[in-house]
Amino acid sequence: MIQLIAFYLFATIVIASAAMVIFARNPVHSVMWLILAFFNAAGLMLLAGAEFIAMLLVIVYVGAVAVLFLFVVMMLDIDFAELRAGFVRYLPLGALVAIILAAELVFAVGAWSAGGVDLAARAAPVVTDKSNIQQIGELLYTKYIFLFEAAGIVLLVAMIGAIVLTHRQRGGVRTQNISAQNRRRPEDATRLVDPGVGQGMEL
Amino acid sequence: MISVGHYLAVSAVLFTLGVLGIFINRKNIIVILMAIELILLGVNINLVAFSAALNDLVGQVFSMFVLTVAAGEAAIGLAILVIYFRGRGTIAVDDANRMKG
Repeated sequence: MIQLIAFYLFATIVIASAAMVIFARNPVHSVMWLILAFFNAAGLMLLAGAEFIAMLLVIVYVGAVAVLFLFVVMMLDIDFAELRAGFVRYLPLGALVAIILAAELVFAVGAWSAGGVDLAARAAPVVTDKSNIQQIGELLYTKYIFLFEAAGIVLLVAMIGAIVLTHRQRGGVRTQNISAQNRRRPEDATRLVDPGVGQGMEL
Repeated sequence: MISVGHYLAVSAVLFTLGVLGIFINRKNIIVILMAIELILLGVNINLVAFSAALNDLVGQVFSMFVLTVAAGEAAIGLAILVIYFRGRGTIAVDDANRMKG
């Protein structure tokens, strides 16, 4: 009974906050609703028994991605009212596409539950005497090690790409060059001259 | 009793809301990126629901991969957004045809 209540609570909040993400006037509010949606989706996954994914969702999405969004939204100086123009114009087309998509998804679920496709044997059956995270760890470091390393490469490429894209070489900035300062000797820097009386000195 | 169908319904609604968000916020690329995150969240819920229903852990492993790709996509997308804003002074993307593609 309590699972049922928890499921409907999480599902209602996740859908309502997802709707608020796309309908909110201010993108800062959108990010806040997105964080709420992620938290409640983590609750849904916890109910399904996927503890590791739920915690990953909170850490990665709420802790990293949503904060990244918040940084960018607040850093850029944007007139958001001007960007709202065309909202009503695109609403019928968007609603049409969304309705078609939702109908297709419902149809697919109906077809699946009417008998479904007979899949091959389970690739990695769940055993009951181990915790979820232990099973995922054993799977991830043995059978799916290539997937794990591919995920690492994806993250590396994303990191280097983001740095390369946003890095800006500023011209005309004089910075301290410590090695040049240390290399400088008195004999290079000073000169003893003996100017004659009444003559100018050339520096 | 909660069945896999309930989870599929939630993920289908999330996915549809994400697609709708892309259409109605054609100008604001920040909200478009957030709508893509919603789509990927719906996909993740789908994978986890089937993983639980079929007693198979591969769904959760793949869901982790999807999460990784979503994080990388958000980082790259926001980086492109920042340099676009630096060059143009706006983020209205419906007239972004500089490359004449």
